Amino acid sequence: MSSNAITLPGVQMEEKPWVGVLHDWVATVDHKRLGILYIVYALLFLVIGGVEALIIRIQLMYPHNNFVSPQVFNRMFTMHGTTMIFFVAMPILFGFANYLVPLMIGARDMAFPRLNAFSFWLSALGGLLLYFSLVGANGLYGAGNAPDVGWWAYAPLTARAFSPGHSSDYWTLSLLVSGFGSIGTAINIIATILCMRCPGMKLSRMPLLAWLNLVMSGMVLITITPLSAAQIMLLIDRYLGGHFFDAQAGGSAVLWMHFFWIFGHPEVYVLIIPCFAFMSEIIPVFSRKPIFGYPVMVAATVCIGFVSMSVWAHHMFTVGMNSYANSFFTITTMAVGVPTGIKIFNWLGTMWGGRIQFKTPMLFSIGFLFQFLVAGLTGIMLASAPLDWQLGSSYFVVAHFHYVIVGGILFALFAAFYYWYPKITGKLLSETLGKWHFWLFLVGFHLTFDLMHIPGLLGMPRRIYTYEPGRGWDTLNLFVSIGAFIQVIGILVFVANMVISYFKGDNAGNDPWDAWTLEWSTSSPPPAYNFASVPVVASRRPLWDLKHPEDPDSEYE
Amino acid sequence: MSAMANPFPQAPSIWTLPDRGKVAMAGLILAESAIFTIFVVAYLFYVGKSLTGPTPREVLETPIFYTICLVSSSLTIHLAAKSLARNRVGAFLGVWLLTIFLGAAFLYGTGQEWHRLIYEHGLTISTNLFGTTYYSLVGLHAFHVTAGLIMLFLVAILAVAGRIRVEHSRRVEVLAMYWHFVDAVWVVVFTVVYVLGR
Amino acid sequence: MRRMGFSKFRVFWQSAILAFLLSASAAAGEPTSPTNIFAPASTPAKSIAHLSMFVLAITGLIFVVVFSLLVYALIKFRGRAVDAGQEPAQVYGSTQIELAWTIIPILIVVVLYLATAQVIHAVQDAPHPSSALEVTAIGHQYWWEFRYPKLGIVTANELHIPVSDPTHPTPTFLQLLSADTDHSFWIPELAGKTDLIPNHPNRMWMDPHRTGVFLGQCAQYCGTQHAKMLLRVSVDSPEDFAAWVRGQQQSAIEDNRVAVGRRIFESTACINCHTVNGTPGNGRFGPDLTHLMSRATIASGAADNTPQNLRLWIQDPNAIKPGSLMPAMKLTDADLDAVVSYMETLR
Repeated sequence: MSSNAITLPGVQMEEKPWVGVLHDWVATVDHKRLGILYIVYALLFLVIGGVEALIIRIQLMYPHNNFVSPQVFNRMFTMHGTTMIFFVAMPILFGFANYLVPLMIGARDMAFPRLNAFSFWLSALGGLLLYFSLVGANGLYGAGNAPDVGWWAYAPLTARAFSPGHSSDYWTLSLLVSGFGSIGTAINIIATILCMRCPGMKLSRMPLLAWLNLVMSGMVLITITPLSAAQIMLLIDRYLGGHFFDAQAGGSAVLWMHFFWIFGHPEVYVLIIPCFAFMSEIIPVFSRKPIFGYPVMVAATVCIGFVSMSVWAHHMFTVGMNSYANSFFTITTMAVGVPTGIKIFNWLGTMWGGRIQFKTPMLFSIGFLFQFLVAGLTGIMLASAPLDWQLGSSYFVVAHFHYVIVGGILFALFAAFYYWYPKITGKLLSETLGKWHFWLFLVGFHLTFDLMHIPGLLGMPRRIYTYEPGRGWDTLNLFVSIGAFIQVIGILVFVANMVISYFKGDNAGNDPWDAWTLEWSTSSPPPAYNFASVPVVASRRPLWDLKHPEDPDSEYE
Repeated sequence: MSAMANPFPQAPSIWTLPDRGKVAMAGLILAESAIFTIFVVAYLFYVGKSLTGPTPREVLETPIFYTICLVSSSLTIHLAAKSLARNRVGAFLGVWLLTIFLGAAFLYGTGQEWHRLIYEHGLTISTNLFGTTYYSLVGLHAFHVTAGLIMLFLVAILAVAGRIRVEHSRRVEVLAMYWHFVDAVWVVVFTVVYVLGR
Repeated sequence: MRRMGFSKFRVFWQSAILAFLLSASAAAGEPTSPTNIFAPASTPAKSIAHLSMFVLAITGLIFVVVFSLLVYALIKFRGRAVDAGQEPAQVYGSTQIELAWTIIPILIVVVLYLATAQVIHAVQDAPHPSSALEVTAIGHQYWWEFRYPKLGIVTANELHIPVSDPTHPTPTFLQLLSADTDHSFWIPELAGKTDLIPNHPNRMWMDPHRTGVFLGQCAQYCGTQHAKMLLRVSVDSPEDFAAWVRGQQQSAIEDNRVAVGRRIFESTACINCHTVNGTPGNGRFGPDLTHLMSRATIASGAADNTPQNLRLWIQDPNAIKPGSLMPAMKLTDADLDAVVSYMETLR
């Protein structure tokens, strides 16, 4: 799929040997290819993380089930969480950012192409390290030993006394390495957006995707680093005899929690903000109206970025902080819901008065809107500390955050796939298969995650490999697990769609959606140099101006 | 592909954007500041909480001389960068080498202090909470000084080989930003460990 | 504190939620859940349940409004074939609307916060009356140690506390400690959960308003057998509680018929981990067994307290609770029977 090929009449082009093609991909510094590498890498780990989830759900179908041992189950939920956050969500979002940001700001590549490649391979190494633990952590006798400390790796469970062997170290090192990769990419995105915009593209004329990735990258710089610091401390404890989290020496398990959640909460905003970006690009195009309240959307995102750094201890309402601390984190957590709600209202305002087209990207966006609304509201419930004293660490929380991550992030990602796949490959995805994918996945998602709230309300804690019958959890867990399998079918349809359409799909042309941002002005796929001549813009929707010279946006901004 | 007339409107006459090297270095500094902040928070959290062993008051000696060395090196690197910007390559190299010398002196001082703490007072990273947090924080800083010195040294070699000219002054300034950051961190670490923590 | 409406309103919503959950469970063929946060039996749990009604009402209202607007927009503004090629009016925003949907949510947040803060203080800063029962709970991998310091009682896994009459409250205050990793004490019908963290003592209280057995389990992942670190709280009438206390304060019953078993217990590794008052056994790594037979379950709820289960547990704990820290004792069958007979006398 070399996009560099130029066909000349009467000239036979030599097919490059596959080693050459492989070398080109491995050695590439082109932001588009790196973007694709990130995305494919993430999709592979999505399948692995999904298998881990299925193992969990099969084990929980019945009380006292024996599908896997407790040791294996505990490794499964640890690996599922770690994989999905760090080796699916982060890379796939960096992949889309890598691909789209330079195109949308009219640049020819990222600010630092080699740093870009280096960051990708660091992140890839991180994933490899984590899974190497399956064979490496305990030697080859018996099975390997994946980490089993939960994806938060609370102290003192991670101390040498309670986690002998090297499984926790693989968790630590893999995230440390991929964390540095993330920081490299974040620096690159910031430098690209601030320093490489095409002439005329003032910050106030940037597409919202660029703005939101700018905020996300800024957050990554101060979000991932606390985790890196805490992990260095953990290594010092485990290998140099340090006492950071050693209760015997006066150390504090709660300190680890603070450091982890100072990373962990803003991290979920790091994950959702690029998804807000996708929505802000897709919903306007399929409503045939510009985004409602562009300046407010920017301001709300910046606001979320700042306020989200002050809410972290809502993950610690049960650890025994005093009532003033609990009250503080209650109000900050509720407060961060305000700018988030504003965004939902602005998307609603975008659709209002429009002419909505129910193509597949829009179907997934609509799913996102409903589901993110629900997820936000269960978040408000959990923000209230006393409610969290009951519902925290229960399946209510698991349902809440999966609602955000699957119902929000994954749906937005599906929308992004259907929207930009034509640009990346030059082929349209099948609308028929897309609709099958959407409806199957929607049914499975709701069966699983709507019902999952109820065992939480009925007292089912999380991270348990089995449960007692007679607590009212049995049938609910069974249906939750069935829903998981329906989602799998939906994903299979999606994968089939991507593969079949690549070979048999309709040609997309430059601009299949009649959209308005710069990436649609170049060919599908774009040439290596992105644009024949560097674009110049005079408004937020340069292609609208071109298509409607009698009524350009530049008159109204 | 036929040549297309540029379909986009007239470019603005002036279009300047920030220097990407400086923006990237500012991003790196922001990230590193967050790492150091966490180690400083841990240090402050554990002040006075050690269950045993030597306390800061008993064993720490304020490293005034070596601090002056490091802080002066910020001044010298600034002068070096300015010299290069004015195409005075000889002056640049001289002051650059002085910067490296001052940075190395600081590292020597740190090493000397650690030697005294370990062998005379028995304070190691595993002795107590003070030992753990002290060696981690000061050590993390010393690691960054070392990384900086390696980069300064590389530039010095290139300069001696005559390969650094006025057109490289922007990149040298980016490196100088990193060095200033390392110095600023030391000011914070010094205050926390030798002033507040005692 | 903002008054949360009339009690009829509260009762209505509570009943509605309970009815929904019960019918969902019943439709699923389930018995009523014994760990339902909407069936509170103690003041902290009741405060939380009432607050959750209020929060649910507000979030429910927000959901209904926004949901309806979304559905309306999707239907009213769907693109029709007849409009193909025509773009709708390009509206960029509206300052008034933005202000409206900024200010209203802020007001909602303030109201929710005030209601919440009141409950936080009521629960966390509750006064500690001298008539309260003091219990120290120590979390272990994977069992619960309960000490009643003023009564000289040490027991494990099953907590007995007196019922509390709302007019003359006799609450129970728990001090929460941990011997190893983090745990969390959660009995949904009695109180919200509070964690047990090493080197970080915590405090919680409950004042159950009715007698009965309340169930729960550890709610903070603590290692391999986190799932079977179950909790049983027996809320007794004052007479029953006093009788229980008297029983627990005795040393172990000495029955000569099981002297063989007792000798085996005292001369094997059992006494390294377990305590039986009146014998040399004073280990603290495992549960106190002095009154083992006063408990309904063994292995922290993992199995019913029957002779067969006890025999299996001693022979091979991994058969009941794989990953438990008790080693298989590798006794001969005769010794095993003798020890089990001895254990059966520890009432």
